Amino acid sequence: MEIRPILASLRKHRIPAVLIVLEIALACAVLCNAVFMIGQRMADIHWSNAIDEQGISVVTVNGADPKLAASEIPRNLAALRGIAGVTAAAAATSMPLDQNPALSPFVTKPYATTTVNSSVYFIGGDGEKAMGLRLLQGRWFNADEYAGSGFKNFGSTGHVALVTQSDANRLWPGQSALGKTLYTDATGWTVVGVVADVLAEDPKLSGPGGMYSSVFFPLQPDGVMGDYMLRSVPQDRERVVREAVQVLGKLQPGAVVEGTTYAGMRSDYFADANSMVWMLVLVCVVMLAVTAFGIVGLTSFWVQQRRRQIGIRRAVGATRGHILSYFRTENFLLSTAGVLTGMALAFGINLYLMTHYEMSRMPWYYLPGSAIALWLLGQLAVLGPALRAAAVPPVVATRSV
Amino acid sequence: MFGYYLDLALRSLTRSKVLTALMVLAIGLGIGASMTMITVLHVMSGDPLPGRSNQLYYPQLDPLPLKYQQSAYGPDPRLNFTWPDAMALLAAHRAERQAAMAGGALLVRPAQTGLRPFYVDGRYATTDFFAMFGVTFLRGQGWSGADDDGRARVVVLSEKLSRKLFGTNDSVGRTVRFGDADLRVIGVSADWQPQPMFYADASAKVFDDADQFFLPLSTALDLKFDTNSNQSSWSSFEGDMKSPVLTWLQVWVQLKDAGQVAAYRQFLIDYSAQQKALGRFERPPTQARLYGLMSWLDRQNLVPADVRLQLWLALGFLLVCMINIVALLLAKFLRRSGEVSVRRALGARRRDIFLQFGIESAVIGLAGGVLGLVIAQLGLWSVRHRPDDYAHLAQMDVSMLIGTFVLAVLASVLAGLLPAWRACRVAPALQLKTL
Repeated sequence: MEIRPILASLRKHRIPAVLIVLEIALACAVLCNAVFMIGQRMADIHWSNAIDEQGISVVTVNGADPKLAASEIPRNLAALRGIAGVTAAAAATSMPLDQNPALSPFVTKPYATTTVNSSVYFIGGDGEKAMGLRLLQGRWFNADEYAGSGFKNFGSTGHVALVTQSDANRLWPGQSALGKTLYTDATGWTVVGVVADVLAEDPKLSGPGGMYSSVFFPLQPDGVMGDYMLRSVPQDRERVVREAVQVLGKLQPGAVVEGTTYAGMRSDYFADANSMVWMLVLVCVVMLAVTAFGIVGLTSFWVQQRRRQIGIRRAVGATRGHILSYFRTENFLLSTAGVLTGMALAFGINLYLMTHYEMSRMPWYYLPGSAIALWLLGQLAVLGPALRAAAVPPVVATRSV
Repeated sequence: MFGYYLDLALRSLTRSKVLTALMVLAIGLGIGASMTMITVLHVMSGDPLPGRSNQLYYPQLDPLPLKYQQSAYGPDPRLNFTWPDAMALLAAHRAERQAAMAGGALLVRPAQTGLRPFYVDGRYATTDFFAMFGVTFLRGQGWSGADDDGRARVVVLSEKLSRKLFGTNDSVGRTVRFGDADLRVIGVSADWQPQPMFYADASAKVFDDADQFFLPLSTALDLKFDTNSNQSSWSSFEGDMKSPVLTWLQVWVQLKDAGQVAAYRQFLIDYSAQQKALGRFERPPTQARLYGLMSWLDRQNLVPADVRLQLWLALGFLLVCMINIVALLLAKFLRRSGEVSVRRALGARRRDIFLQFGIESAVIGLAGGVLGLVIAQLGLWSVRHRPDDYAHLAQMDVSMLIGTFVLAVLASVLAGLLPAWRACRVAPALQLKTL
């Protein structure tokens, strides 16, 4: 296909040509960034979390008398274990992604500082079973440690802790964390085990690289424990939550009792991100549709304007295929110009967003990705008008208008 | 002439229905998306107390030690007050009215059977709170300064809470059990929900929560009620809320005019200087600040980054739509070169042609505005179903309604400028020859 005649004809229709290029460029720039944002949010939504997310239900009790906790919590747990289908039950202070953060900086030397805010989890006896933690090294807490550890000034009065694998690597790179001492100010705890990565209570507040910085402490029945974790098979969860709320409601008439599945808690945390993803997808789809219609409209106009020329070309021997490929090549050239401008624009927008909206750098493959998408869109949009052009009979050349 | 052009525009638009529909759809979508986000931004940056906000001020002191390092993730402790500073500002009485406050969520245990205990948000405050913010009472009244001093066991309920607990808005004299304490109801306020809830600290969901009870700050402290605002301390602190190294209170003052504002600003600096002389403050006294309500809200950055991002996205989309319309209008107007030439040959001036096409663009804009309004309502409906705390605010007011049409017509006329200009520059003789 000869390109020069196409360029010559485009030069005669400079304004419409520039408009198409501009439209494709803008669409490309917005598409790149929107798809990138969708990708980032989807990655967030799929954060891994090494607990039994599909099997846990959580019932929260607020407003119980803390002085009675030592007798009430074991009684409540016994009642909860009696619910059909519950395989393990334990009390805890908080859950990953429950947006109720208890944060503390943990370091390897007394009074050292860090920018990571670790999430602190206090779990009661059987906590590891009810939560479905996965032990990678070392051991769980034993019964003495559960019974002998208290809660004071937001810290554990015990002497042992479990850390996540991420934290073990962050705090003691290249060494085993087992037996090492973890500090906050002057207080230290011995690491007895390393568990697979559990998410923070609110990863937004964890500081850079602290998303999986979670530390577990054993705790005897104590008033600060408001969460009852129940484990069952996924099919039983809804019923288990319902029955557990009833059971605890009766046992704790003076407190507020609320239940949810852990999956529900997780989707609450990501509800914002989820609605943003849908909004971005909608904008992308509608914008591509508008761009496509614009190309259809303008190409149709061109075809109509050039009916005579097309007729003449057909009369002097051009086949339908020639005419078809003329318009497709023309569109390809315009798309290329648009996409090139668009990629530069997309890069610029990304840089701006990086400085103003805590966005990270867009990986390079988003640029050619959306370029190909817009090329395809252009070819698809031009097909209809180009076919109409190809259908122009040669006899048009002999008519005056 | 205007009527004639309007008639011409309508004729031309009905001639090529698909093209017209495309243009109206494009502008409608662009305007709909933009107006949805502009409306969200508009309601989020609105004035919470129209008519009063220009008299309300938030003072700020700097009691932090010199070596204190602000974490990039934690809240700034200076946004709130320590107990001694807040009480000193109140006792000085340098403003028309002044009040210290803090938020709290308390467990309410209803007396009647059949109602489970529940948590409710409210505010611990000092006596001037109601008069300063203009809270109206349906029954009874607020508490006095003497009640503040005497840690009176009294409470003011919102109408909503009063109805929930007692089934009536006349609950004055009755008793409500908050936590482990019995408080006597002395007033019922009309439901009051300034948007955003400017007087709460940064940890509150400022677009969602409304206070349902108010009780004296001293009483709350006496009963050891928990506060749910940020508490920041920069030195060892053993749970004493009256500690001079713990900030957790908000202080608002009402000042009548510029003279009072200047005097109060000076008072804050003098107070800081005095505290520095006493050795309590370490930083220069000129760190003391006084913010007007609206500029205080500006500093809080209440509009989430996501919302601003979505606004840019919507405006980018509108731009794509506008370029689309420019292209389509160009095609449409140039197709009518013959008609233009005839009119020109018969004596129409260029500006007549320009006006004719301008009106045609405006008609498209108006139609697009109607569609845009429908789409924006749909968009706002979907925003209201979002999980965010500002979601329920997403409603259009009259100014946004008018704004929709202004923006739509403006966008379409702007888009029509270039095509109309090109059309009126068609050389009549050349076109007429081919007719």
